[in-house]
Amino acid sequence: MQVPAPFEYERATSVDQAIGLLERLGSSARLVAGGHSLLPMMKLRLANFDYLIDINPLHTELGYIRFAGEGAGGEVRIGAMTRHRELLESDELAAAFPIFRDAERVIADPIVRNRGTLGGSLCQADPSEDLSAVCTTLDASCVIRGPGGAERVVTMEDFHVGPYETAVGDGEMLTEVRFPLRPGGGSAYEKVERRAGDWAVVSAGAAVWLAGDGTIADARVGLAAVGPNTTGIPEISAALRGREPAEDLYEQAGAIAARSCDPATDQRGSADYKRHLADELTRRTLRTAVARARS
Amino acid sequence: MTTVEEPRTSTFDDNDQKPVGFGRMLRKEDPRLLRGRGRFTDDVQLPGMLHLAILRSPFAHARVVSVDTSAAEAAPGVKAVVTGETLKGLGLAWMPTLSNDVQAVLATDKVRFQGQEVAFVVADDRYAARDALELIDVEYDVLDPVIDVRQALAPDAPLIRDDLEGKTDNHCFDWETGDADETEAVFARADVVVQQDIVYPRVHPAPMETCGAVADFDAVEGKLKLWSTTQAPHAHRTLYAIVAGLPEHKIQVIAPDIGGGFGNKVPIYPGYVCAIVGSIVTGKPVKWMEDRSENLISTGFARDYIMRGEIAATRDGKILGIRTNVLADHGAFNGTAAPVKYPAGFFGVFTGSYDIEAAYCKMTAVYTNKAPGGVAYACSFRITEAVYLVERIVDCLAAELDMDPAELRLKNFIQPDQFPYTTKTGWVYDSGDYEPTMRQAMDIAGYAELRREQEEKRARGELMGIGISFFTEAVGAGPRKNMDILGLGMADGCELRVHPTGKAVVRLSVKTQGQGHETTFAQIIAEEIGIPPADIEVVHGDTDQTPFGLGTYGSRSTPVSGAAAALVARKVRDKAQLIASAMLEVTVADLEWVKGSFQVKGDPGKAVTIQQIAMRAHGAGDLPEGVEGGLEAQICYNPSNLTYPHGAYICVVDIDPGTAQVKVRRFIAVDDCGTRINPMIIEGQVHGGLTDGVGMALMEMISFDEDGNCLGASLMDYLIPTALEVPDWETGYTVTPSPHHPIGAKGVGESATVGSPPAIVNAVVDALKPYGVRHADMPLTPSRVWDAMRGRATPPI
Repeated sequence: MQVPAPFEYERATSVDQAIGLLERLGSSARLVAGGHSLLPMMKLRLANFDYLIDINPLHTELGYIRFAGEGAGGEVRIGAMTRHRELLESDELAAAFPIFRDAERVIADPIVRNRGTLGGSLCQADPSEDLSAVCTTLDASCVIRGPGGAERVVTMEDFHVGPYETAVGDGEMLTEVRFPLRPGGGSAYEKVERRAGDWAVVSAGAAVWLAGDGTIADARVGLAAVGPNTTGIPEISAALRGREPAEDLYEQAGAIAARSCDPATDQRGSADYKRHLADELTRRTLRTAVARARS
Repeated sequence: MTTVEEPRTSTFDDNDQKPVGFGRMLRKEDPRLLRGRGRFTDDVQLPGMLHLAILRSPFAHARVVSVDTSAAEAAPGVKAVVTGETLKGLGLAWMPTLSNDVQAVLATDKVRFQGQEVAFVVADDRYAARDALELIDVEYDVLDPVIDVRQALAPDAPLIRDDLEGKTDNHCFDWETGDADETEAVFARADVVVQQDIVYPRVHPAPMETCGAVADFDAVEGKLKLWSTTQAPHAHRTLYAIVAGLPEHKIQVIAPDIGGGFGNKVPIYPGYVCAIVGSIVTGKPVKWMEDRSENLISTGFARDYIMRGEIAATRDGKILGIRTNVLADHGAFNGTAAPVKYPAGFFGVFTGSYDIEAAYCKMTAVYTNKAPGGVAYACSFRITEAVYLVERIVDCLAAELDMDPAELRLKNFIQPDQFPYTTKTGWVYDSGDYEPTMRQAMDIAGYAELRREQEEKRARGELMGIGISFFTEAVGAGPRKNMDILGLGMADGCELRVHPTGKAVVRLSVKTQGQGHETTFAQIIAEEIGIPPADIEVVHGDTDQTPFGLGTYGSRSTPVSGAAAALVARKVRDKAQLIASAMLEVTVADLEWVKGSFQVKGDPGKAVTIQQIAMRAHGAGDLPEGVEGGLEAQICYNPSNLTYPHGAYICVVDIDPGTAQVKVRRFIAVDDCGTRINPMIIEGQVHGGLTDGVGMALMEMISFDEDGNCLGASLMDYLIPTALEVPDWETGYTVTPSPHHPIGAKGVGESATVGSPPAIVNAVVDALKPYGVRHADMPLTPSRVWDAMRGRATPPI
């Protein structure tokens, strides 16, 4: 048994109480949600915190998938404490954004998915993390609440500041993630892993929105594990907009993905291979996303 | 001698036939284990027990300048802090390894691998002990490490073992087998010679339960009780007596339930010795349990062979000779668990299942700044490496000759009438009939149909591969005249006692780590004396309760202890016959044994059961002249030879050409382990070994960076397969009994681990044939497969 250094533990009773604790304890405190990344790091003594604030009791407050408005201008709001399993099992969410179910099927294992949360995944900010790539692909924005109930909303680009680093400050907490609903959409996710439940060697998400004439109104691609953060690739969006979906277009997008990313050689694979996967998975997910948008 | 039965796949409905003897039967130990009522080392709780944590080296190679323990000693809850210097004073700083080398218990002069033991803390609880480690201040003078095994013997390589007198380089040992000149002559006249460099990377047994011990030294009685995760409790006891100078009769080693061993729990680790010292120093029971990282970075690894394989053949596919040159990485201390006269284990069986004219192997083993080990790990002493080498190189030959790999193997098999067969490296294969086993695997697979499917898929650009391996193992060490561990002959004892009411207790020297001994051995006794397995208690693991023997590893339990159990039961039966003759008032010769009772020949109505005889053996009244009371016997069995199980494995893989991911679609395993005691348990062992093989072939490897940092220190970094990586196993069997084993059984525990990696790698290489790939080393991760597809396959080290 690996044992962490001593720490104090407190169970949060409300979002504002948790933020109050964070404000008072500063950087010596850390929120724990699913704990699947934090606790192993503490047991390995790679991370040491004096205080853990357990926000699992806040699931009743922050565990939800809500549809606000319909069509253009509508959005899906997902509470930060929503569990992977809830994201996987929501048929409504899968209908609006099939990418979620694709991704959740390959995230860890059922035991982790029972407890891990959307907010925890995003706040861990691991460059290989899948839901961050999903959120980037879907152009999500993050609601961060601070002292006194003050809320600010940041884009995914601004949310991830660096590896394992987010825009959430010491006295703040991610409470909700919002996903714009747009007509004609389709999305998909693919991950290459060395073994079921492993972190991605590379994974890619794609979302496309088709115009009435069948051309691509907009498209987004998000990649994980190929750089310091999960990355969206604006150049791909620019290259696809207004074009007729076709194989050569996907190839073009794949090539952009390969040259836009910045993977490192590690135990999961060589940088060359990861670049190749960025290309291959971009093409595959775009193909699926378009097919889904059409159906 | 051979009976080939219809292939059958697992069925679960008849797994509990409640046989009085051999047959499918649910495991007697499972109700305990499945209900969480097993008792493992970490479950041992003793009054006043303290906890021990070990400080390990962060460096692969460094001089220990000073160790300051003052702050740790002053920490709350700390009862003792012990360093190498403390142990030096007790003469315990170094201990012998199983290969006659020495290993530091706690470093005194240098640390020689990352994770090496430097000091330990004993404290009130595990947390206090671990926290105090942070307070020990060690000053290191960091030295250049030797990580690249190919550079270990370079003239300017840093010297690792300066503790060994007169040592000037990192050479560990040289070993050779076979005849170099004869082999050279065969190669010189061969039509075809194929050479291939093949790496079997360093892997870890990674048992679910890590290693640990609870030591309880009673200073008044002078008795040491040690619960520990050991596959060989008796051997350990004797070695503790030798190392620590404690009298052997005052040492009791208890191996309680063990959560997987795979060879990882054969060696004596410094942690066990630390726990003993901790208990002696504090006068309290002391528990040490490794954490996962400690297990992965410091305990016995397996493999780590860099092999050059060469095979010579005629143009029409008759194999003439096999030759290999091996560079073996033994880490910082030679901790290989193998019989002393076999420094390369049983690697000598690299000639495989083929009738060839000549063979030769030359091996050089070196020290590096990596963890020591070289444990059995389901390789029956390096047979895994040997089988991988020969089965890979035979496939290379098939590719060179453009011959079907199944056909090439069938053409070269040792024939049934050649057994016992002495190989060119001196191993005497006891029995075998290879072709029916191979044919059965091909039948189950639908081999010809698979080849047709492959052809169609290739035409469409799809990547499908079919891989074959055929192995012969050598398991069940001794005989003791050749085989010993540090002077302890590899024989095993067994005691059987039948109680007055006809229930029995059998005591074994071997120790299960999950193999199902409590069932299998009860079935062996049941088969011989007709007492139902449910009425037979199997006692094992406690040196005070069991006869001496060398333990469970290298698939030796059934070949050695299984024979002992059968023979001890026959001794009991012989005595029962004497008593029966008195009870039935006939001569011994007039009795016949019908399982469970002795009957008067020709008069089945006149019979006594074994239970009646047991009561008579303990009951009132006189026994026949010269017969003592009681119904019990003991034996120490020294095998006359190893047993040689064999098997034919076929693997079908699909590879995604875009991502290079390998999917094992089908796996067919036909095993021949001689007489089958409990087919359900055999299938379980095979399933586990095959899964293990998928791990090694596709994902497992302990790697190091250039500074010697271990990159596989957690199960997130060191991957082992899950149910999702494996197909539904398709198993079959043939039965070629061992002629020298009393019940004809051979070992099977490691067969699947030995046989599966080459089948999987051969399948992947076969799938990549359109890319001109002839070889790719394990682990075949997507990235490495992709490299191979681009013609730049590289060895993993």
